[in-house]
Amino acid sequence: MQTFLKISIFAVIALLGYTLFANVGIPQVRPAPPPAEEETIGAMSMDQYIVLGKKIFEGKGTCTLCHNPVLGGRAPNLVNMHNTSEERLKDPRYKGKAKTGEEYLRESMMNPSAYVVAGFGKAWTNDTESPMPQISGPAVGLKPAEINAVIAHLQTKDGGKATVPLPTGADAAPAPAAAEAAAPPAPAKTAEEALGKYACGACHKIGAFAGAVGPDLTKIGAKRDESYLRRAILDPNADIAQGFPAGVMPQDFGNKMTAKELEMLVKFLKAQKG
Amino acid sequence: MGSFLKRRFIKRQAVVTAFIFTLLLFVPILSHLIASAPDTINASAAFAAEKKEAVESPAAKKEEKSKVEYPPAPKLKEKDYPRIKSMNSRISVWILAQIHLFFAAFVLAVPIFVLVIEGVGKATGDERYDHMAHEFIKVSMTAFSLTATSGGILVFMLIAFYPDFMKYLASVFGSVMIIYAMLFLAESIFLYIYYYGWDNMRYGFRKWVHLTLGLMLNVSGMTIMVLGNSLATFMMAPSGVDASGVFTGHVWEAIRGPLWNALNLHRFIANIAYGGSVVGAYAAYKFLSAKSKEERAHYDWMGYTANIIAISALLPLPFAGYWLTAEIYAYSQTMGITLMGGAFAWLFITQAVLIGALFLSANYYLWCGMERIKGSERYTKYVKYIAAVIVICFLVWFTPHSLIKTPIEEKAIGTHHSLLGPLGLMPAKNSAVNIMILFTFLSFTLYKRSSKITTAAWAKSGVAAEIAIFAVGIVNIIALGIYSYMVTSNIKVGMSVPQVFTTLSIIIAISIIESRMFKNAKSTGDIEWGKMPARSQYALLLLAVSFTWLMGLMGYVRSAIRQHWHVNSIMRDSSPDAFTPTIGYAANVVSISTILFMLLVIFVFWLAQFAAKKQEA
Repeated sequence: MQTFLKISIFAVIALLGYTLFANVGIPQVRPAPPPAEEETIGAMSMDQYIVLGKKIFEGKGTCTLCHNPVLGGRAPNLVNMHNTSEERLKDPRYKGKAKTGEEYLRESMMNPSAYVVAGFGKAWTNDTESPMPQISGPAVGLKPAEINAVIAHLQTKDGGKATVPLPTGADAAPAPAAAEAAAPPAPAKTAEEALGKYACGACHKIGAFAGAVGPDLTKIGAKRDESYLRRAILDPNADIAQGFPAGVMPQDFGNKMTAKELEMLVKFLKAQKG
Repeated sequence: MGSFLKRRFIKRQAVVTAFIFTLLLFVPILSHLIASAPDTINASAAFAAEKKEAVESPAAKKEEKSKVEYPPAPKLKEKDYPRIKSMNSRISVWILAQIHLFFAAFVLAVPIFVLVIEGVGKATGDERYDHMAHEFIKVSMTAFSLTATSGGILVFMLIAFYPDFMKYLASVFGSVMIIYAMLFLAESIFLYIYYYGWDNMRYGFRKWVHLTLGLMLNVSGMTIMVLGNSLATFMMAPSGVDASGVFTGHVWEAIRGPLWNALNLHRFIANIAYGGSVVGAYAAYKFLSAKSKEERAHYDWMGYTANIIAISALLPLPFAGYWLTAEIYAYSQTMGITLMGGAFAWLFITQAVLIGALFLSANYYLWCGMERIKGSERYTKYVKYIAAVIVICFLVWFTPHSLIKTPIEEKAIGTHHSLLGPLGLMPAKNSAVNIMILFTFLSFTLYKRSSKITTAAWAKSGVAAEIAIFAVGIVNIIALGIYSYMVTSNIKVGMSVPQVFTTLSIIIAISIIESRMFKNAKSTGDIEWGKMPARSQYALLLLAVSFTWLMGLMGYVRSAIRQHWHVNSIMRDSSPDAFTPTIGYAANVVSISTILFMLLVIFVFWLAQFAAKKQEA
């Protein structure tokens, strides 16, 4: 009986150790909830459509799982796609049917093997077969209007012009979730509200947020003046804090924020003196 | 009289043999049935009938009549999932499925090595093997009925909580489900004859009949496993259906999905390692509570054999796991990245802790085992170096790519630590696991050598060749690992293949040299079975506990990478439990399943002991 008790206690301690490690020893990443099942896109402006495209690119489309410069190497880095898409059409290895850059981008999502960037093909296929899933297929399931939104985002993110047609909303009335995504968000009334609205706390330690990816901003006001802070929001790569990589902070706050929100944030940051 | 008995005996043997061969025929017939299974008439009958009404032309009508139409996968809403008060559907099914799999793995594995041990006993004429094989199968007997019971409860729970999903699954796998159940019956028949006929078929021709029964038991068990696997892989990577889930009517296509073979191999090897570890725990318990020297010697030997079985399967297991992961990547890069680089990335750090515990406890048991061998002093001095290498490899495997840092630390060292960051990537981990496997093999080789002194004239050259092969191999593995950092991800993935090839080549080459070098070796004396410290038995117990928990954890991640799909990309899970939980949450469910399983295993062990005792008059 004594032996039985000893080995039982030993087994329970081992199990408790593993359970504790899994609960405390590693970060508890809470995966995103399942995406909404049916989303329809109503009428919107091109700016809103581009914002939606970016949201799909980083979210529902799961594009950044592979097309991610931070992770590197899994799939081509999608820069200057407004020019690159045109150049690909002239490449002798291109075997698709697209005639324009926009068509090329659409084709690359619908038929990824039409052109495989050198070094990114499936193993042993000599870059003739892409490992990328068809984006309208069941695994990702983007609808034509969503694919167009992603194209608009890719065309404009590095200075190009969007050529895709705007959604008319004629096919279906916008679902509440989509309408919410497409409608311009209401301006923040306070700096704290703006911090939440633009998800600053996801990366920075500031106010009630404890982000750890970007620099700690709790004492930033003691070190930097207002013009520096303004520039840091509008052009994050102008000055890079030591030890932090460039290109991580979104560079489009200038397009998203209202002038009032920007000034509120600058004043709020200037007041952070520890 | 003698002649009459002899004739009767021969007649009986002929009947038994005919029976066995009839059963042998049963397997190909079943395979044929699966391959050409008639289209399942299922819940889609009403749906098909409606469609047929719409066909106007008589010729088309005739053609349509001979064709069964299958429904697409249903699109469910939350209200389609029955709720049972005070029961959470996902957790209930999860725990039951896990307990069922623990038992199933055990009862599938034990007959495999029981048959091998029985065969060794027959070949060598050493009855100790026969007794041990008999004792092993005795342990699995009660576990067999608990496997069936837990499986039954699981099916009822699935029907109660997920009726539409089960209906759809039956529309594709109906014929497989029926064959699966029939095979279970066949497996029971073989197991009972095999176990209860053990003493009756101990010698001569009857022993061959008995071995054949053992083979049939394994054939039916393995067929059950691969059929069960086909449902699991269909849910991960569906085949034999179109994009909306409509079944093509060819069940073989649905069975042999892209992940099926890889999962079959992985589960086959893992089951053996797991079965060995559980039997090892049984032997450890019996050893620790043994009253006599003979009993201690017997259970020491049993524990040693079980550990060897577990290690032999543990060594190739990472390679089988790697193949499965490579197939997952090949099927869907998104699914592969979700597994290794997304929400589940931290789970593999937990896995590293478990693997470290498995390798260290298996090696520690071997090192303790050297104490019972005269002449082992020649090699025990190397143990500390082997231990150091295994610990270093474990730490490399354990190192995450992104460390948990405070903002100040983040500021000081950046997003990734300059030294530890690269160690968190797969090239370092692949190299570490290969080296860990090789040093475990080295432990085993030294253990085997301990009781022998070679008489081969070329022994010095042989040892030099072994050292050279080992050293060059390790350098090659490390060089390939370093080179992997310099190439893109898709080439990086492929670099592990030559690493694995190197490891396997070293193991094969050194095993051949060892067997030749110690062919007519002198013995240093008998192995003193039973002369083992008690702490060594705790290593066996840790092996079993770690294996059980690891199986639960890895089973979870295999299933969880489907995320919010019942059948990946075809049938969505719309239940309130469709979310992916945190690793801590999953670990808690796995721990509960493991504790429940361990309680049932204790009951099984107790029963084996209880049955062996006779009440005194």
